[in-house]
Amino acid sequence: MRILVCVKRVPAPGARIGISDDELDVDSTHLGFTTSPHEECAVEAAVCLVEGAEEGGDVVVLTAGPPAAEEQLRYAASVGATELVLVPIHGGGSWDPQATARALTDCVTALEAQDGPFDLILFGNESADAGGYQVGVRVAHALDRPMVNGAKSIEYSDSVVVVRRATDRGVEIYEIPTPAVVGVREGINLPRYPTMRGRLASKKITITTFDTFPEAGGLQRRRLHRPAETASEPIMLGGGPDAASAVVDVLEELGLT
Amino acid sequence: MNEVPSRARCVVIGAGIVGSSLVGHLSDRGWTDIVLLDKGPLPNPGGSTGHASNFIFPVVHSKEIVDLTMDSQRQYEELGLQHTCGGIEVARTEERMEEFRRRMTSATCWGVDARLLTPTEVADLVPYLDPDVILGGFYTPSASVVDSLETSTRMRQRALDAGNLAVFASTEVLDIETRPGPTKPVVTAVVTDRGRIECDTVAIACGVWSLKLAAMAGATIPLTPAVHQMADIGPFDLLVETNQEIAYPIVRDMDTFCYERQSAGSMEVGSYGHRPILHRVEEIPSNDEAALSPTEMPFTPDDFDEQMEQAIELMDFLGDGEIKYAINGLLSLTPDANPVLGPTPEVDNLWSAAAVWVKEGPGVGRLMAEWMTDGYPHLTDPHGADVTRFYPQHRNVHHIEARAIEHFNKTYGIVHPREQWASRRNLTVGPAKARTDALGAMYFEAGGWERPHWYDSNLDLVERYGVTPTRHHEWDARWWSPITDAEHLHLRNAAGLIDLSPFQVFEVAGPGALDYIESMVVNRCDVAVGRSVYTPVLTADGGFRSDLTVMRLADDRFRIVTGAFDGGRDEYWFRHNLPTEQGRVTFENRTDGTCTFGVWGPRAVELLAGLTEADLSLEAFPYGTLQEVLLDGIPTQLLRISYVGDAGFEIYTAVGHGLRLWDVLSEAGSAVDLRPVGAGVYGTTGRLEKGYRLMGSELESHYSPVEAGLARPSVKRADFIGKDPYLRARESAPVAALCTLTFDSLRCADGYDRYPMGAGNEPVLDLDGQRLVDAKGRVSRVTSAGNGPSVGSYLAMAYLPVELAVVGTPLQVMYQHELYPVTVAATGSNLALFDPGDDRMTT
Repeated sequence: MRILVCVKRVPAPGARIGISDDELDVDSTHLGFTTSPHEECAVEAAVCLVEGAEEGGDVVVLTAGPPAAEEQLRYAASVGATELVLVPIHGGGSWDPQATARALTDCVTALEAQDGPFDLILFGNESADAGGYQVGVRVAHALDRPMVNGAKSIEYSDSVVVVRRATDRGVEIYEIPTPAVVGVREGINLPRYPTMRGRLASKKITITTFDTFPEAGGLQRRRLHRPAETASEPIMLGGGPDAASAVVDVLEELGLT
Repeated sequence: MNEVPSRARCVVIGAGIVGSSLVGHLSDRGWTDIVLLDKGPLPNPGGSTGHASNFIFPVVHSKEIVDLTMDSQRQYEELGLQHTCGGIEVARTEERMEEFRRRMTSATCWGVDARLLTPTEVADLVPYLDPDVILGGFYTPSASVVDSLETSTRMRQRALDAGNLAVFASTEVLDIETRPGPTKPVVTAVVTDRGRIECDTVAIACGVWSLKLAAMAGATIPLTPAVHQMADIGPFDLLVETNQEIAYPIVRDMDTFCYERQSAGSMEVGSYGHRPILHRVEEIPSNDEAALSPTEMPFTPDDFDEQMEQAIELMDFLGDGEIKYAINGLLSLTPDANPVLGPTPEVDNLWSAAAVWVKEGPGVGRLMAEWMTDGYPHLTDPHGADVTRFYPQHRNVHHIEARAIEHFNKTYGIVHPREQWASRRNLTVGPAKARTDALGAMYFEAGGWERPHWYDSNLDLVERYGVTPTRHHEWDARWWSPITDAEHLHLRNAAGLIDLSPFQVFEVAGPGALDYIESMVVNRCDVAVGRSVYTPVLTADGGFRSDLTVMRLADDRFRIVTGAFDGGRDEYWFRHNLPTEQGRVTFENRTDGTCTFGVWGPRAVELLAGLTEADLSLEAFPYGTLQEVLLDGIPTQLLRISYVGDAGFEIYTAVGHGLRLWDVLSEAGSAVDLRPVGAGVYGTTGRLEKGYRLMGSELESHYSPVEAGLARPSVKRADFIGKDPYLRARESAPVAALCTLTFDSLRCADGYDRYPMGAGNEPVLDLDGQRLVDAKGRVSRVTSAGNGPSVGSYLAMAYLPVELAVVGTPLQVMYQHELYPVTVAATGSNLALFDPGDDRMTT
């Protein structure tokens, strides 16, 4: 079994998200970086599928990003990914969803030409920073493969993937033939933390670099805007039994009684 | 938003363990109208306290830090917020086992139960540790884990319950306002985003942010935020099953600079072994911006990988634990790794309480409250932590960062008592540096100055004087040379020229100068113009704050000379106490313009006499006096005085004349076999043979001039700081007395000689091996040690309980966890073993 997971390096912000001086990016001066949560779950799902498969398999993790995105690739390796591929975005900046999808499609095509097709390609439902909801769908379309988004469960057997996703009316269940593409939602699983041994092993994996220079897409970011904040402050309701009536008042105010 | 009060007596900024302990202790000491501010929320405002590992290993080598740590342990214990789990430092190298024997020496000195363990004994206590990786352990059963956040809450609550405190969390300080004072600015108000608070006193206890807060007032608190990486690994059944926060002793893997501390079901692995990672304060995110807290910066795993491998080597099961939480935790590093406490030198009533570990937090709170209330602390002598110890050339980011980078990896390192800094050398040099360089001077740093400690050009003297050329043990021989003994004997035989450029020189002048000087020092300074006075300077308690020499240059003008290590603290103290009346007294630091050399030895006077028309005979130029003298035409001031026990002079001149003066002395010196002589003689061998006391060693605030043998027969009429307790000390029988001890043997169990360092952690024990503690609870320890080449003995100084301070009393000194026999050789005012009648200096 061979699964590809596409991930994105995104800032890990606090409660207040700063915007860079040119208003085009999140100000990441003080921030660390992480993998989008949906994609962390996608990696976990892929690792679980391979671990559960009798014949075993490979989990290949791919990212398009700056050279520093090596950190997210190695993190994926520390929790079970076996191969790592970086599509470098040189010179800073980022690609719009169309360009990203073109680059990933090129890369997937090249990887499959070399090592055979992926049974499954997993994406996160959407990225944590841009939230474009586009890249997975565009790649599936370009590769002419079926896709289900919003997956809360994935099962695989005999070249068929069963994907469940929650809707307002209940649970939708899809059976799709492989090769297929699935967009994973956070909550599908609880991603494992890396172990120290896993982290150390991840350092030894070679990262394959795939250079591609995709044509830009039609989406241009003009400006980021942060809505006005409403300052809130904790109010001490009191301590011990004396606080009870104040707590009741608040609950009534909230309509929770 | 709640508005802050418009007026307070004292504003403390920072509600971590230090600021919270401080308000608790200020309230205990009767302070009212205290306001505590923090920009973060409570109970964890997001500073270093919030992510601390919270463990305490009580044994270090520094008395000052041990005093603070042990007091903190007592306070945590009283609050019921300490869990005593024990701690084991483990060694992977023989050098570390040696260090553990020094740790045992310190533990004995401080009265802390400790023992050395074999690898198997370590594994008996910590079953998940691989004994094959280590050579042994140093076990401290009283090592503990504390709850610093809850302690902070209780400390604040204590002051709140007493009605003395108002606390404002999530309140940002925007400015600290000052007004011009008589000698320097004085704080007037703290401006916050909730309003302005007029106040008399401000204390900055903001950890990594302290530098920024101090700058608002125009002051400096020299520290830098620096990363200490830690990761929480787990869970492990073995730990979960204990059902306790911590059931196993904390392990410090000293040679990898790493620790492993159980935290409920997980193991906290922390490191001081990664590359030094410093941040500027403006790089720290706000509480809102931070993903975790401001001081829990994003983890940089590449820096931690080597430590992980080492941790797994020691405790294999860690490899399978999940890394659930990992941070680049921020803490504060100062240029010399000590805290920065006390009044800032630049702004009156602005205090610093920063660069403090959780293990010292409550103790620092108490110490600071004592200091702010009584003018000087009682808990311990804080001279190593006093923020005024730094000179201006140390109070900048270039110096702070360079030194922090140098010492970060020594956090768990083995640091020699004489160890010298490698970075930021040659900050300040004397005018003859080119000449001393050419003579192969080995420089030791003295308060930022380069001071020759010995000269390689004197190597021939080792043979000439038959000096023992080596020390068998590398530790004893490190930062040491036999040339010092040879220079000593040569000075005693002919003459030595000593570069005293690092001397700190102040000048006090004006119509009120005499009254002012008299109010500051113990001994009478109303002496004839041209006379000098050696005198203690006391705390309000009557303990030593300093010792220095005062010279009367004119009726209304005095020079004060103090040591290179003491200039910052002394300048602060003298400036702080200047009369406020305009024009009454001026105080100037003349160090940068003044060059000082010393010439001593039986032929020293003859040498200088050949360079001048002046009469240098004792009759014309008595001991202790100062005269203007032209030496080969160079204007100088000679002071007939000696710290080494031979005749000679301190020579003062303008820096511009310094190089030529050195050359003139050197050239003329060939006729009397003059040699350059280093500070090894001046500060140790010559000094010890004469029993002269040294500030920071023998002289500290817990001892009085009476106990130090420095009380004069009578007390001057004028008032001075510490006079009343000084009078009381004179009238009551002292319980301890300073003594000179001689070593009867230096032979260790392995059959060669060892050489105690006098680093302050070597206890003096009775013949049963028991610690000596005087009636005031002070332990006897070696305050200085070194060779006495002219008296043929290895010497030490120590305060002993009076009943033992009797010449001839046999005792023992512990060094490297072995006992060496010593005998009390002198006590009282005259501790000299060499020329006790001072004939060589005064006839």
